[in-house]
Amino acid sequence: MDIQDIIKPENLVYQKSKIQVDVISHYCPGCSHGVVHKLISEVIDELGIQEKTIGVSPVGCAVFAYNLIDIDWQEAAHGRAPALATGIARTNPDKVVFTYQGDGDLASIGAAEIVHACNRGENIVVIFINNAIYGMTGGQMAPTTLLGMVTSTTPYGRNVELNGYPLKITDLIAQLPGVSYCTRQSVHTAATVRKCKNAIRKAFKNVMDKKGTSFVEVTSTCNSGWKLSPVESNNWMVENMFREYPQGDLKDVDKLIQQ
Amino acid sequence: MGELRLMKGNEVIAEAAIRCGCDGYFGYPITPQSEVMETLMELKPWETTGMVVLQAESEVASINMVYGAAGTGKKVMTSSSSPGISLMQEGLSYIAGAELPCLVVNVQRGGPGLGTIQPSQADYFQTVKGGGHGDYRLITLAPSSVQEMNDFVELGFELAFKYRNPAMILTDGALGQMMEKVELADFKPRRTTEEILQTCGSWATTGKTSHRNRNIITSLEMDPFRMEQNNLRFQAKYKELEENEVRYEEIMCDDAEYIIIAFGTSSRICLKAIDLLREKGIKAGLLRPITLYPFPTRIIAERSRQVKGFMSVEMSSGQMVEDIKLAVFDTGRIIPVKYFGRMGGLLPSPGEVVEALENNFLKGN
Repeated sequence: MDIQDIIKPENLVYQKSKIQVDVISHYCPGCSHGVVHKLISEVIDELGIQEKTIGVSPVGCAVFAYNLIDIDWQEAAHGRAPALATGIARTNPDKVVFTYQGDGDLASIGAAEIVHACNRGENIVVIFINNAIYGMTGGQMAPTTLLGMVTSTTPYGRNVELNGYPLKITDLIAQLPGVSYCTRQSVHTAATVRKCKNAIRKAFKNVMDKKGTSFVEVTSTCNSGWKLSPVESNNWMVENMFREYPQGDLKDVDKLIQQ
Repeated sequence: MGELRLMKGNEVIAEAAIRCGCDGYFGYPITPQSEVMETLMELKPWETTGMVVLQAESEVASINMVYGAAGTGKKVMTSSSSPGISLMQEGLSYIAGAELPCLVVNVQRGGPGLGTIQPSQADYFQTVKGGGHGDYRLITLAPSSVQEMNDFVELGFELAFKYRNPAMILTDGALGQMMEKVELADFKPRRTTEEILQTCGSWATTGKTSHRNRNIITSLEMDPFRMEQNNLRFQAKYKELEENEVRYEEIMCDDAEYIIIAFGTSSRICLKAIDLLREKGIKAGLLRPITLYPFPTRIIAERSRQVKGFMSVEMSSGQMVEDIKLAVFDTGRIIPVKYFGRMGGLLPSPGEVVEALENNFLKGN
């Protein structure tokens, strides 16, 4: 049997979402960003909202998200994505607006913007990539860096006296009344990728239904910054990150209403 | 004739915004300009024109809300006073770099630091020389009456959209708090989605359709050759502004031997001062820059043929005086350019201005 005998429409089991731009990604092999981009693209495609969706990209590794997902984008200053999203969503209530932010962007320099946007219940999706490190600038400590974790600015490991504690920003966000859905997901196995996609779909659906802020943390790996192989990174994340950042829903207003 | 009212400068900013079809205001309270947002909240334009008004958590957030909304082609604005405007410099640099139209009002107070809540013009450098990082310019309008506070809201938006560049109304606490008679403009409807698509559809993030490529609002360009091209494009735009948008007013300049140059509140004081000087037989005139950027360089150069001296009167340590000196320097003529001003929230008095001009030019001759 020739390969051309196999490549037929009836044999198609998977294809790249048409929302994903056909270019080489700038992400490192093994990085979680690429998978999350794929999931967002699939969700936008499946919900049929390409023409309504406006993304806000951060400063960090995802600064070039606009090269990879085929929707209209705005690129924000470091940490300010939730403020941009507020301005877009408030003046364009018919649009589906989301921010895509890393831990330095969201939990450090943009802590005020994210807390207040969520507290106002801005009708936006927030995708939060937490890999406990500054990837783009070369592996410095992030607010979510674990205690003892070695980074280029904590060469002897993160130390409470010097650096304070890891910031569980997602736990904090879940407490805010403006947030309708807050969850912590990951994308290191096929099963978690499927779960994460469901969470992202739910978040986008919530915004289409005008339910306020939906916040999806994706606990992620940065094998380049962590200086581990992709497989080792996944294992390290499960063993260490999940203890500090337990997986699953922190808040779902739909379920609270049902109860 | 439009509707006449007695209003504060700050209140009129709010009224003019609603009337000119503004889509949104994002701000944070700070003295002496809090009446702008207070007036908007009281008027509830979201119930009438559909204009959005939001109190942000900080000036950093409000300017970035402006960025987001402006990036969708909406006509949006913010206002603040000096310390708050400092916080907005990051956002203004990004807005200029991403070439977005918006309007920012700075009701200046005295600095540096927390300074005072009294009026000042000490943010001149910050406004016309950059303020934020990178090579960019703000279209800067300097009103000298409550009427102009009204008129420059619409003019500011018009120029901002014409050049896809942030515009600033640079005013001060005296004009913000002052009540004067003002003729309001008639209500203009907000632009429809179709109108926005027609005028801004080529760049604004209005949602990617199958008919066009995705629109991306960004100031980022990693390739230095392309980044230089971006900068050259900005510079060409600024050149065009300098050619076409200079605005100024001259009073009794035609026969003047001494020209006082002053903007905003200090120009009102100098108007009285030139009368007093004329009574004394001194041929004084007043040149009032209305656009601080682009600066009225050419008219200053022309007037340098006839005058014995210029004097810049400012509510600062002498900032605009540098631009006057440059304008004169470029002519090759040697004309004295002097400065007089008060700082820290104080206004110069007409008598002080007269005395300063006499001391600078007429004593010991």
